[in-house]
Amino acid sequence: MSIRERLSGNEAISLAIKQINPDVMPAFPITPSTEIPQYVANYIANGKMDTEFIPVESEHSSMSATVGASAAGARALTATSSCGLALMWEELYVAASNRLPLALALVNRALSGPININCDHSDSMGARDTGWIQIYAENNQEVYDNMVQAFRISEHKDVMLPIMICQDGFITSHAVENIELLEDDIVKNFVGEYEPENYLLNPNQPMAVGPYAVSNYYMETKMGQRTAMHNAKQVILDVAKEYEAISGRKYGFFEEYKLEDAEYAVLIIGSAAGTCKDAVDKLRAEGKKVGLLKLRVFRPFPAEEIAAALAHCKSVAIMDRTDSFSGNGGPLGAEVSQAFYNARTSVPAVNYIYGLGGRDIRVEDFEDIYSRLETIAATGQITDQFDYIGLRK
Amino acid sequence: MAATDISKITEKSKWQDITPGNQIYGAGTSKDFKTGEWRTQTPVWIPEKCKQCLLCVPVCPDSSIPVKNCERLEFDYDHCKGCGICAKVCPFDSITMKEGQ
Amino acid sequence: MATKYNFKEEMNKPERLAPGHRMCAGCGGTIAVRAVLRALHEGDKAVIGNATGCLEVSTFMYPYTAWEDSYIHNAFENAGATLSGVETAYNVLKKKGKIDDTYKFITFGGDGGTYDIGFQSLSGAMERGHDMVYVCYDNGAYMNTGIQRSSATPRYADTTTTPVGSQSDGKLQGRKDLAAIIAAHNVPYVAQTTFLGNFKDIHTKAETAIYTPGPAFLNVMAPCPRGWRYDASDIMTICKLAVETCYWPLFEVIDGKWILNYEPKKKLPIEDFLKAQGRFKHLFKPGNEHLIQQFQEEVDRRWEDLQYNCSRN
Repeated sequence: MSIRERLSGNEAISLAIKQINPDVMPAFPITPSTEIPQYVANYIANGKMDTEFIPVESEHSSMSATVGASAAGARALTATSSCGLALMWEELYVAASNRLPLALALVNRALSGPININCDHSDSMGARDTGWIQIYAENNQEVYDNMVQAFRISEHKDVMLPIMICQDGFITSHAVENIELLEDDIVKNFVGEYEPENYLLNPNQPMAVGPYAVSNYYMETKMGQRTAMHNAKQVILDVAKEYEAISGRKYGFFEEYKLEDAEYAVLIIGSAAGTCKDAVDKLRAEGKKVGLLKLRVFRPFPAEEIAAALAHCKSVAIMDRTDSFSGNGGPLGAEVSQAFYNARTSVPAVNYIYGLGGRDIRVEDFEDIYSRLETIAATGQITDQFDYIGLRK
Repeated sequence: MAATDISKITEKSKWQDITPGNQIYGAGTSKDFKTGEWRTQTPVWIPEKCKQCLLCVPVCPDSSIPVKNCERLEFDYDHCKGCGICAKVCPFDSITMKEGQ
Repeated sequence: MATKYNFKEEMNKPERLAPGHRMCAGCGGTIAVRAVLRALHEGDKAVIGNATGCLEVSTFMYPYTAWEDSYIHNAFENAGATLSGVETAYNVLKKKGKIDDTYKFITFGGDGGTYDIGFQSLSGAMERGHDMVYVCYDNGAYMNTGIQRSSATPRYADTTTTPVGSQSDGKLQGRKDLAAIIAAHNVPYVAQTTFLGNFKDIHTKAETAIYTPGPAFLNVMAPCPRGWRYDASDIMTICKLAVETCYWPLFEVIDGKWILNYEPKKKLPIEDFLKAQGRFKHLFKPGNEHLIQQFQEEVDRRWEDLQYNCSRN
């Protein structure tokens, strides 16, 4: 039986962590993820979890200790945001290349500078090539559901990769919503006991982790990671199916909202999808054929699936909540465009950047975007391939 | 999982044969790498002069003076790099250095 | 804490660092590792941590590991934090009944990974009280990258980033006193040691460090023949001179109590230590006598500070 609760995204993910009851959690506070280690420490202080919390002196150390704990044979995770993730940078690569199935609860926040505590995706998008699985959420329910599924994906023997469960800073992390929780036992059974095959503390056989590998081995090692990431696609779908069976909630690589017959589509990640849905509903009521693709899984990147889902549209706006300062748009724009090209999809696509440093995006902004898409389709002309939405000009 | 058979991991191995995460299961696989080839000078042990004081044992950076039943054995020439520390610390001149391998 | 030292019995123990690693001939680093690991009681298992450095790239070059125990290298600046995670995992798994065996946690870092880039991680691990030993094999420069100065490099040493030249006498600054800094973390055990005679000093300190509950720190002077520019076979003489000149005093700090382990009957002049090494060759040019005098004054001052700390008990 599910439990109805009113929770913030940080509370929701902390509750999921409590139900998973991992072995080790090192963490260092940073807004807006600070509440997660606070909640966990509180659960531990009151005997509600067996987890050992390590109050480390930095995020670099929190990821380092998570790597150590995971290699040792523990189920381990940490939480952070923004500059905390940036400080972990080196360790993100180490965790992935060591093939350690650890988790990170990321509360997305803009990277400095200037220092800014509000949401954008510059932190996790910057980490997009570190070899981590990345799953994003629109709302608090999804935050909870994604966390419960995390270890099943990362610990799968065909995968063995670290996983980042992302949510939007303040927008979901601090806003309270009605959500449904699963019973503790159901989560416990779903996640299962962690029984690694090889680990440092295996009394039957020592293990060595983290070698110097010369160029004769390095590239072959990377192919192993690449293959694992490819395998993660099927595992993510399989785990989602099992999760649907216990929760009734359906997940895939992305959600298609009124997309089937849409002529104009927006592709977006995270909480702004909720705002976009309102715009879609409004415009649909006016008879406009608009739709939305909300991307949940960014790594592995479901390129073919995205291209197929948008192939029938007359024009598409790819929305990035970060700029990559390439002079060529944002990361999602680049990857979706490449997906279109490889799928021989010739849908005109623009790449708009929005919401940097917590800038609001409103229903009217999406209405404007759909209107631009209509113009593009009607004229065959793209005047602004890349644009900042909500910028004062 | 069984200990890693490192004889199957060579610079010619296919990617499928590289251990995931470059992890090595088991220990001490470096013994298969013969650093003795590096030597430009070689210690020679003279057992008749040796009093088995074992002072040469802890100073060896290459774990190349095996000990059994509290007595040292012949040098492990597969690995000895010929640094000569052992010869210097021997109080009984029972180790001399010769040029070459 | 330490058991009685029986030299021959200790030498008879199985090796925990296998040969075939790629450290230079005559390296002090692996002498330190062997000495420390020998202090583990037979039957006790260990997980060894390692900061990036000569030791790491030479002892675990895929697929060759020289370690007979479980081993983890993570990165350069995080050996303390990494082993914190391992030790914490052990505590949980033990509590949950998933592990019966006794494990000890020992991590090695050079002075680069310990004094400098890994300083914060080390400080955090010590302060949090993890039951682990952090061993610095201090060779007084970044040797892995080619003899650049560190905060452990002695004054006037010629390194590749403090080169001696017409306008330079080598490194300008004196050494950071890391053992004292770690002692100021109020950890139960800190010791400074090096290689001497039958290795009783380093062995006893390693054993005490490993078997004292809570965090412990060992600072081991581990000369580097390439960086210090002496004949590789002379390492034991170099170590002895470091101790007899009071450049590298042997001491322990047990629960905040400073103990001097050795006082030379006749303190040798610092020249004896310096002239044995090519990195100080410039100090012996005519006109540079004052530099040696300054070096001597620094050694004397630090020695007196140490004696004072040890006299307060």
